[in-house]
Amino acid sequence: MNYWPLLGILVIVAGFMLRLNALLVVVASALVTGLAAGLDLSAIVAALGKAFNDTRYVSVVWIVLPVIGLLERNGLQERARAMIAAMRGATPGRLLTGYLLLRQATAALGLTSIAGHAQTVRPLVAPMTEAAASEISALDEGEREQIKALAAATDNVGLFFGEDIFIAIGSILLMVGFLEQQGIVLSPFELSVWAIPTAVAAFAIHGVRLWRLDRRLAARMVQP
Amino acid sequence: MIGLPQVYLVAGVTFAAFALLSARDASNPKRWVNALFWGLLALSLLAGDRLSDFGNGVLVMALVAIAGFGGLGRGVVLDRAEERRIGAERHGNRLFLLALVIPATALAGTLAFKQLPSLVDPKQVTLVSLTLGVILALIAGMVWLRPKVLVPLEEGRRLMDAVGWAAILPQMLASLGAVFALAGVGDAVGDLMSGVIPDGSRFGAVLAYALGMALFTMVMGNAFAAFPVMTAAIGLPLLIRQYGGDPAIVCAIGMLAGFCGTLMTPMAANFNIVPAALLELKDRNAVVKAQIPTALPLLAVNIALIYFLAFR
Repeated sequence: MNYWPLLGILVIVAGFMLRLNALLVVVASALVTGLAAGLDLSAIVAALGKAFNDTRYVSVVWIVLPVIGLLERNGLQERARAMIAAMRGATPGRLLTGYLLLRQATAALGLTSIAGHAQTVRPLVAPMTEAAASEISALDEGEREQIKALAAATDNVGLFFGEDIFIAIGSILLMVGFLEQQGIVLSPFELSVWAIPTAVAAFAIHGVRLWRLDRRLAARMVQP
Repeated sequence: MIGLPQVYLVAGVTFAAFALLSARDASNPKRWVNALFWGLLALSLLAGDRLSDFGNGVLVMALVAIAGFGGLGRGVVLDRAEERRIGAERHGNRLFLLALVIPATALAGTLAFKQLPSLVDPKQVTLVSLTLGVILALIAGMVWLRPKVLVPLEEGRRLMDAVGWAAILPQMLASLGAVFALAGVGDAVGDLMSGVIPDGSRFGAVLAYALGMALFTMVMGNAFAAFPVMTAAIGLPLLIRQYGGDPAIVCAIGMLAGFCGTLMTPMAANFNIVPAALLELKDRNAVVKAQIPTALPLLAVNIALIYFLAFR
């Protein structure tokens, strides 16, 4: 067994810790890994190029930016804030809990792309949550950032721990294929049903955190 | 049949427009650098299949060199708070309706196109629906809001510049994964992991499998890469074969332990770094930090679930 390619992992970890430009770190790691495995330079470059070309679908989501930009210039975020400000009882925790539930439920039905960071978090969820929080208590810049980051985090938690309940999602199909090669035949449903306990736990854990956020903000409002 | 080529055409034209608009932005001192960067990305989307693997590799190296040495610039962003306030008052809730055109079309399209396999590539219904949603929302937005023609692309470019080079990080990390696979990194990690498990401890094996899934996912940024490695090294030989664990439970929950790792790593750039850039957060790791308090207890829950459910 050749352990030298593991050096590439060290490069990644060190690069991220030293906060070097992530793209340079990735290429450095690819070169170290490939050379340690005895690949030649042109083979490494070709492997990078092929994989980059095969994964272009990841970058398609950016086409939503002109729409989001147009709506933002016409006041979408301001409107989202105004709507939340007019709502009694809208708290950041309740808003995000509702969004978490919606995201988990739709992802469990296989509808993973109807929401996301570009489609819903930036134009709607983040400004609404921020507005709900500032209705309760004045926020400083750091707290604003934390609230927005939490909105993005909630989207991820909902997506990750909803999508595996759907039988035709990539990770379930990967497991079915892998186990079949090992002589274990399972249907996608037999796997996906076991994603439910973790989905419930994810909702409970993240939900408690969101509830505590509300309590923290409310407690601050009472104190001078 | 409508599929990826048409989607890539739309995306490629969008990036080409970003490149042209970057070049005319005199307020950006690095306007030609930005134009080149988005232009190369447009080339990749429009003509990537006609380039050789090595040609695509050279394109990747050029993108990384531009972003890594010197980087992209940003033009002056005008303060349009007054314009936005007036817009919000004038257009009201119609703005939400427009914002919901994209998810609604993605939803309807995903369901409807599955019934039309001759019209839309069944494997790509989601991306095709998303693209269609964007086009419909743009048309509706132009009709209802009556902006100047270039406004959507200008505003889109402004947001794209805010994201900057992080936009291609997800694709780059996927490419690194391909090199890791070629170099046998997974096998080496699996080999090492199977050596460190305490003998005869069922809980130790569960712990090693779940933590291994989370840790290797953090390194690779992707639970898909970790799953075959960890399951072949620990899950199958120990948990399933030696201790008789239910393969469905071990694998399904093991994968979710990996997802907990995805929440905790900057390597999962499209979920963790890109949103930080998109929300214009100062700390690029702010989303990861917001997720760790959920991910760690959930990882513990997953370990307990495998231990208590899989060996009945």
